[in-house]
Amino acid sequence: MSVLESKWHEAQPAPVPRKTNKVAKAYKARESLVPGAVLILLAGRFRGKRVVLLKILEDNTLLVTGPFKLNGVPLRRVNASYVIGTSTKVNVSSVDVSKFNAAYFARDRSTESKISEEELFGDAKPAERKINDSRIADQKAVDAGLLSEIKKTPLLSQYLATPFSLKKGDRPHQLKF
Amino acid sequence: MANARLYTKARHLSYQRSKHVTNPDVSLVQIEGVDNTEDAKFYLGKRIAFVYRAPKEKNGSKIRVIWGKVVRTHGNSGIVRARFRKNLPPQTFGASLRVMLYPSKI
Repeated sequence: MSVLESKWHEAQPAPVPRKTNKVAKAYKARESLVPGAVLILLAGRFRGKRVVLLKILEDNTLLVTGPFKLNGVPLRRVNASYVIGTSTKVNVSSVDVSKFNAAYFARDRSTESKISEEELFGDAKPAERKINDSRIADQKAVDAGLLSEIKKTPLLSQYLATPFSLKKGDRPHQLKF
Repeated sequence: MANARLYTKARHLSYQRSKHVTNPDVSLVQIEGVDNTEDAKFYLGKRIAFVYRAPKEKNGSKIRVIWGKVVRTHGNSGIVRARFRKNLPPQTFGASLRVMLYPSKI
């Protein structure tokens, strides 16, 4: 016998994990959130900005861009709960977003520099944070296609550049976004 | 965005209560421009903030916030019930609250 025999007898049969028929439901974005829709950001440092939805990523976040040239919002992931979908649409079929996924936006911890004691307490200034050149190139590539599409609709670029704000007497439950 | 107002104003009316008993766990809130239950339903789940100034700085700011959320409607005239992480103190009856637009369903 290759397997050692146990010295005792199992009083109870080994527990078998119970079979379950439950399957996690796949995420489905609200109807208003389709690629090309103009969204209003509700929270965070870009709150109030109008942005264009490019894609729904596999981690259930929305890939948006300002475009950066119009209102300063870069390619970015946002949570669908913090967004209002408007009825304005931009044709984004010409914009290639295949390279963007959750991993693209994941933070690279290895390149993050630690703050030295000198920088924290002394006079030495912390090194200036640099934006990755490849990120800038990607932003330009996406914006180029998007901007040419936006130009086709009069006033759309001005619309995207103007932040949204509630005014006196505005009732969000009555507004048609 | 210093200028963008992305919240609706509301008023803290009272606690949920009966004739003699008050329940400070639940606050009654009147949202501006809402006067029926149907309209009030739009705001269910929305986050509410009570923003106030305190004499002592905390984390470099004298402004403090008590967060809560809209729980359900109350009565037929558009009042809603809200729960806060820390119950609002009774001095805030009549104070202005901010009903944020998130979590958004639109």
